[in-house]
Amino acid sequence: MKFSDTFEVRFAEMVTHYPTKRSALVPTLLYAQDEVGCLSDEVIAELAQRLELTELEVRNVISYYSMLTTKPRGKYNVQVCTNISCLVRGGEEILHHCQKKLGIGHKGTTPDGIFSLEEVECIGGCSWAPAAQVNYDYHENLTAEKMDKVLEEYRRKEMQ
Amino acid sequence: MPEVTLTVDGKKITAPAGTLLIEACKSVGIEVPSFCYYPNLSLQGACRMCLVKIEKMPKLQTACTTVVSEGMVVTTDSDEIKQARKSMLELLLGNHPLDCPVCDAGGECELQDMTFSYGAAESKFMEAKNHRDEQQWSPVVFFDRPRCILCYRCVRVCGEGMDVWALGVQNRGVSSIIAPNKEDHVECEECGMCIDICPVGALTSGAYRYKTRPWEMKHVGTTCTHCGDGCKTTLGVRRADTGMEIVRGDNRDKSGTNGDFLCIKGRYAFDFAHHEDRLMQPLIRKNGKLTPATWAEALALVGKKFGEICDREGGQAIGVVGSTRITNEEAYLLSKFARVVLGTNNVDHHRTADFPAFAAALRGKPGATASMADVFTAPAILLIGNDPTEQHPLLAWQIRNNVRLHGAPLYAINSRPIKLRRQATQFLQISPGTETQLADFMAGSNDAADALVSPSTSKDAWLALRDKLKTEQNLVIIFGSELRGAAVAELVKFGASVSGAKFTCLGDYANSHGAADMGLYPDLLPGYHPITGSSEFHREWGRVPQSAGLDLPGMIRAGKSGTLKALYVVGSNPISRLNIDPFVFSNAFVVVQDMFLTETATMADVVLPAANAYEKSGTFTNTCGDLQLVKKAGEVTGLKGDFEIIVRIADAMGFDVHKLVPFGRGTQADMGQTRGAQSGEADRHAVWLEARGLEPKMSPFDPMAILDEIQRLVPGYDVSRMNLLAGNSQHTSLAQAGAGAAHKPELISSANDNLFTSGTLGRYSHALQSVIESHEAKHSEVAAD
Amino acid sequence: MAYLVSHPDEVKIVSRRFGQGAANLDRYLELDGYKAVQKALAMEPDAIINEVKNSGLRGRGGAGFSAGMKWSFVPKQSAKPKYVLCNGDESEPGTCKDRLIFEHDPHSVIEGVTIAALAVGAQTGYIYIRGEYRYLSVIMQKALRDAYARGFLGKNIFGSGRNLDIYWHGGAGAYEVGEESALMESLEGKRGIPRIRPPFPAVVGLWGGPTVINNAETLASVPHIILGGAEWFARLGPPKNGGTRLFCLSGNLNMPGVYELPMGYNLKKMVYDVGGGIPNGRRLKAVVPGGSSTPCLTADEIDVNMDFDSVAKAGSMLGSGGVVVIDDAQCIVKFALRTMKFYQHESCGWCIPCREGTDWLKKTLLRFHAGGGLKKDIDNMQYLAENMLGRTFCPLGDAAAMPMIAFVKKFRKEFEDHLEGRPCPYEKEGAVEQLPVFAH
Ligand SMILES: Cc1cc2nc3c(=O)[nH]c(=O)nc-3n(C[C@H](O)[C@H](O)[C@H](O)COP(=O)(O)O)c2cc1C
Ligand code: SF4
Ligand code: FES
Repeated sequence: MKFSDTFEVRFAEMVTHYPTKRSALVPTLLYAQDEVGCLSDEVIAELAQRLELTELEVRNVISYYSMLTTKPRGKYNVQVCTNISCLVRGGEEILHHCQKKLGIGHKGTTPDGIFSLEEVECIGGCSWAPAAQVNYDYHENLTAEKMDKVLEEYRRKEMQ
Repeated sequence: MPEVTLTVDGKKITAPAGTLLIEACKSVGIEVPSFCYYPNLSLQGACRMCLVKIEKMPKLQTACTTVVSEGMVVTTDSDEIKQARKSMLELLLGNHPLDCPVCDAGGECELQDMTFSYGAAESKFMEAKNHRDEQQWSPVVFFDRPRCILCYRCVRVCGEGMDVWALGVQNRGVSSIIAPNKEDHVECEECGMCIDICPVGALTSGAYRYKTRPWEMKHVGTTCTHCGDGCKTTLGVRRADTGMEIVRGDNRDKSGTNGDFLCIKGRYAFDFAHHEDRLMQPLIRKNGKLTPATWAEALALVGKKFGEICDREGGQAIGVVGSTRITNEEAYLLSKFARVVLGTNNVDHHRTADFPAFAAALRGKPGATASMADVFTAPAILLIGNDPTEQHPLLAWQIRNNVRLHGAPLYAINSRPIKLRRQATQFLQISPGTETQLADFMAGSNDAADALVSPSTSKDAWLALRDKLKTEQNLVIIFGSELRGAAVAELVKFGASVSGAKFTCLGDYANSHGAADMGLYPDLLPGYHPITGSSEFHREWGRVPQSAGLDLPGMIRAGKSGTLKALYVVGSNPISRLNIDPFVFSNAFVVVQDMFLTETATMADVVLPAANAYEKSGTFTNTCGDLQLVKKAGEVTGLKGDFEIIVRIADAMGFDVHKLVPFGRGTQADMGQTRGAQSGEADRHAVWLEARGLEPKMSPFDPMAILDEIQRLVPGYDVSRMNLLAGNSQHTSLAQAGAGAAHKPELISSANDNLFTSGTLGRYSHALQSVIESHEAKHSEVAAD
Repeated sequence: MAYLVSHPDEVKIVSRRFGQGAANLDRYLELDGYKAVQKALAMEPDAIINEVKNSGLRGRGGAGFSAGMKWSFVPKQSAKPKYVLCNGDESEPGTCKDRLIFEHDPHSVIEGVTIAALAVGAQTGYIYIRGEYRYLSVIMQKALRDAYARGFLGKNIFGSGRNLDIYWHGGAGAYEVGEESALMESLEGKRGIPRIRPPFPAVVGLWGGPTVINNAETLASVPHIILGGAEWFARLGPPKNGGTRLFCLSGNLNMPGVYELPMGYNLKKMVYDVGGGIPNGRRLKAVVPGGSSTPCLTADEIDVNMDFDSVAKAGSMLGSGGVVVIDDAQCIVKFALRTMKFYQHESCGWCIPCREGTDWLKKTLLRFHAGGGLKKDIDNMQYLAENMLGRTFCPLGDAAAMPMIAFVKKFRKEFEDHLEGRPCPYEKEGAVEQLPVFAH
C-alpha cells in the first residue's frame, strides 16, 4: 500500500510523539482517508500492521468517529449543519436546498462522483450560522443563493 | 489485606480493603443487580444496574466500580434506587425483542430475571424497535443483535480471558454493536465463552439453538472427556428414543476447577455420543464378517475363548490394551482383571507422558505436585515444552488469568513460538530435541547450556534465568512430554533448589494420569508399584504374575510371531494410533470394546459396544493429579459400560467376581477365617469401609466398590470422599507412590491433538468436524486468491 | 475564516490579539507574546498554581471547575510521566470560541500549556483539536514548529534547563471526545469511551500518568493572569468567577458573534444590546445560555448575570459560553428534537440510560413533532429524562436530560399544541419531517 511522501513524512514524525504506537491512529486515519478517499480494506490492513493492531481494532475505532468512512464519498463532501444555532437561522432550508440542487439525500453521492451531501452536527460555525463545510472549507452566513454559488465554485474547479 | 468496616442497609459489615462494593454486598447476602459487572473481568460501569446510594455522594454510585472504604454508609434498597433499576430495565426492554418464548435463553435469562425482580413490566414506548437479522458467525456462534444489551462481557472474556480478541464494539450510541473480527464471521478458538457469558440470548450456540427449553433438560455436572485438564462440564440431557440424549454442554454453575472456562471440546463435542455410526449391539465375526449378536452370546464367547487360552497357553498368551478415556475404576479393574483373572502382565495403554518417571522422582516429596487450582494462584510459573493453548486449554486459561489478575511472572521455554509467549515475562526458544539438555542445565550442568544457546539467547541469559528462577517462591513448574525419563528426574532435582516448587506433568487424554496411576503397564501395578517385588497389591490381589509383561510393541511382535493368542482392547485404537498393520493380529482372538467400528475394531472377532464417559459414573484424574467425579448423563439403551463388561467377562470365564470387585459382605476374607495366608486377619476392606462410615456395595457393577479399593490401596488416592462426591476436585499425591520401573520413555507418543481435534472422538463429533471444515474452507479461500 | 465583531462593553483579554496577525510568531512577540512563560520560569511551581487559584479562573470547557485547584491535585512525585492536555475539541452546539483562539492567537494556547506544564512538572503537552477544524490544525502545527525553532519548546526551553514537548493531535468527529477521559482514550488511539472515575485524570490520566486537562480558552487565559496578576484577573468578574469569557452569541440576533465580556455580564443586555436584539420584529422566546446541554431560560428568566454561580441559581448553567437565542417563530418541540437528535447521534453508547434514553427521546419527539404525539408522551419524555439524569456513566447523559426537562417543564403548552394529530403549528407548509420508516 502506497501513500504519498507527505503522508509518510507526517506519519513517521507523528508516531514519535507518543509512548504507544496506536496513539497516532485517529489523526492518521483521517489523513489516510483524505488521500485515498475512504478507509478501504487495504488502508485498514496497512495501518493495522504499522500500528501493531488487529484490523478489528482499527475498524472499531473507525466506526466510532463520524468523519471516518469505509465507503467512498464524492470528491467534495458538502456538510450542512442543522444543529440548534443553524436550525433557528435556516440550516434545514440550506440542507433541503442542497438536496434538491444535487438530487441526493443525506450521505448520498451524485452519480458523477463530484458531490456528497451530509447533514452534520455543530461544526463550530454557530455565530455565523447557518454554516456548512465542503471538505474542510467553511462557508458561513449561508443563504440558498450563497450556497448555490459555493456549489458552483466547486463544480467549476472540478471542470477545469 | 486489612479489613475495612462499612455499613450497608444498616448492617455493619467488614471486607478486605480493595474489595468492590458489589462483592462486599454479595458476601453478606445483599444482592446488587448487575449486567456488565463480571468477576475477574475489567470493570465497565456501563449498565448502571448496580447504582446504590453512598452517604455524602450527591449522585447514586455504581457498586461495581466503587471500592469499599472505612466508614462508608451505603443504601442498596430505597425508592430512588428501585426506580433507577426499573428505569434501566424499561430502557433496555424498549429495544429488546420480546421473543422470549422462542429464545434459547428464555428461562435462563438475566434480563428476564431482573425484570421479574425489579419491574418494568409495562412499556412506555410505542416506537418500533430497531431490528436486525440474526447472523451466523461460525458453526457454533450465532448473534442476534437486537437481543444484545451491550454489557461487553463477551468482548472482555474473548479478549482479556482468552487472549483471542475476536470481538469488538463498533459504531456508537444506539447503533453500537458487537462485531466479529472478520467482517461477517469470527476467526477464533470457537470456545463459546462469549455465548456462555452472555446474560441474554444474543449469542447462542449452533450446537444447541432451538433444540429444547432449559427447563426440559436435566443437568448433570460431570468431567469433560477430551483433554487431560478435567474441566467440569454440565450436560443438559433429555429423553430420546434411544435413552437420554445430551443436548448441551456448559459450565452453568461455575463450580469446577475450571470456573467459567470450557473450550470448544468441553462445550460442544459431546455429540459423538449420538453419531449415526455408533455401535448399538455386539458383533461377532461369523464367516469372516462381523455380525450382530446378543450380549449373552458375545460375552459367553469371549469368556469361553479367554478361558480356553488361559488354560491351554497361560495368561501370557493374552494381551490387554487399556484406555486413557476410561474411568479410574475401569482402568484399575482392567489392570486387576489382567493380572488376577487372565494371569497376564501384558498390559499397556497409549502413553502420552512419563508419569512413572515423574512418580519415581517425586517419591517421598509430599506436596510437590501442583493442582489445577495452584496454576491460577502460583506466584510464578515455569513452562517447559507443550503448547497449552492447543493441548491444555484450561491450563492455558489458568496461566493467562494468573498473569493477568495476579501479575505472576511466566517463564516459558519451548521449541516453538507458542501463543502463551504473549503472557510470558520471558520466553526462550530452544531447538527441538534439546529439552533434555535443558533439564540437565537446570539441574546444574553448565555445559549443557551450550546446546541451548541461540542467536537470541546467550549462555549468560540462561544462567541468569536459572538464577532468577531459584529466587522465585512456590514456583509451579509445568512440563510437557518433551521431558521424559532421566530428564524428569533432573528437572525435579532443579526444583528442589527452589523453595516450595511444585510440578505438573502434562499428559494428553482425559484420564491419561489415571490410566498410569491405575497401573496399565506391563511392569507396574497401580500406584507405580513394580511388578517384581512385593506390595499391597501382591498381597491383596493374591495372584500377580511375577515378571514384567509385554508392552504394546512387544504384543505386536508376539502377534506377528504367533505367540499372542488373544488381544483384549478396551476403548483404544492402537491400530490407527500406532499405525500398525491390522493383519498382525489376524491369528489372535481379538476382542474390542468401543463406541465405534474403529480401525482396531474392524479387525476384531468380537466387538462389544461400550458406553462412553458421559454415560457412566466413576472418577478421572486430570493431568495435574486432581481426582474428579464422572457422572452419568447420557444413555444409549443396549450399551454397557466398560466396567460391567469386564466384570461379566470374568464371570463368563467362571471367575469368582467377589475376588475382582469387593461387593457384598465379607468381600475379601469371610472376616478372615478360611483363606490361607490371610487367615486370622480381619477383612481389611470391610475395616476400611467401616472406619470411613461407608457401606459395602451390593452390586458387582458398582464402580464405587472399586473406588473404595482404589482409595484404600492406591497411594495418594485416599482423599476426602465427601468432598469428591460434592463435586470438588481432590488433589492426589505421588509422594507415597511405588518405586516405579524401567519406564521406556521411547514408548511415549503425544496425541498431538489441537483445539479442534480429539483423537477418535473428534472424528465422530460433528461439532468439531464442522469447525475444522469451516476453518479449512476459509484458509483455502485465502490460498486460492 | 470566522468573522470578528466588537462591542464597547467588551473587555478584550483573551481576544486581545484577535485580528492582529498574532498567529505569526514575530507579531505575537511584539504583542507581549511569551513574556508570561518567561515570568513563570522564574516562579516556583506552587506560586504559579496559587496565582491561577487566586485569579478565580474557572474552566471554560463547561463544568467551571477552578483551574488552579485542578492543577494542585497533580501529585508532585510520579513514577509515570505527567501530561498537560489542551481540550480543543469544541463540539458543544452553540460554541465557536476556541476556534477563534486557535485561528487568531495559537501561541497563547501554547503559552498556556507551557505554564501549566511548569506548574505541575510535566514535560509533555498535547493540543487536541477536533477533526473538522483542519485549517486550525494547520495553523497550530505551524505555530508549534515556529516555537520549537526559537527554542521556546523542546530541550532547554528559553535556556532554562527545562524540557517541554508540545504536540498537536487531531480528532475525527465525535462530540463525546470532548469529555476529558474520552479525550484521553481518543488520544491513545481508541474509541472515545469515557473512563471510570476515580481515579481522576490529575492522578491517572494519559497512559496512566497524572494529567491536567483544560479547555483551550482556560489555558489561553493563563498567560494573561501570570502577566496581569491574579488580583487584577479576579476583579474583572464577580467573586469566584474571575476574568472574562468569550460568549458565542448565536441564533436569532441582529449581531451574532463572539464577544469577550466580563464574567457576570447581564444576559438580557447581552441579547438586546451586545447581540443587537431580535431581528425582523420578532420577540424573544428563550435563550440557551451555555451551549445545547444547558437548560433554556424563557424570555422572562434572562435577567441573570452570566457567571457560573448566578446562572446556576437561575436553574441553568454557564456551560461553554454558547448563548443561543430563540425567537418566537421557532418551535420548541422542533428545537428539542434537534437537540435530542444531536445527543442521540453523539452518545458513545457505553451506558444504557444515555444510549437508549437519547434514542427514545429523539424517536418520540420525531413522532410528536410530526403530529403523532399522545398526551402521555409529554410526561413520558419528562419521566425518561429525569431517569437519565445523574445516572449515566458520564455527563453526556445529563447534557441530554437537562435541556429536555426544561423544554417540557417550561414549554408544556407548545408540546400540547402538537397533540391530536396537529402538525407543528410553527412549521412552514410541507416542511414537517416524515415519520421515519424503520429498516427491517
Ligand atoms: C459530553 C461532553 C463533552 C465535552 N466537550 C468539551 C469540549 O468540546 N471542549 C472542552 O473544553 N470541554 C468539553 N467538555 C468538558 C471536559 O470534560 C472538561 O471538563 C474540560 O475540558 C476541562 O477543562 P476546563 O476545566 O478548562 O473547562 C465536555 C464534557 C462532556 C461531558
Ligand atoms: S480444556 Fe480440556 S477438559 Fe476443559 S473443556 Fe476443553 S477439552 Fe475439556
Ligand atoms: S454493573 Fe455496575 S454499571 Fe453495570
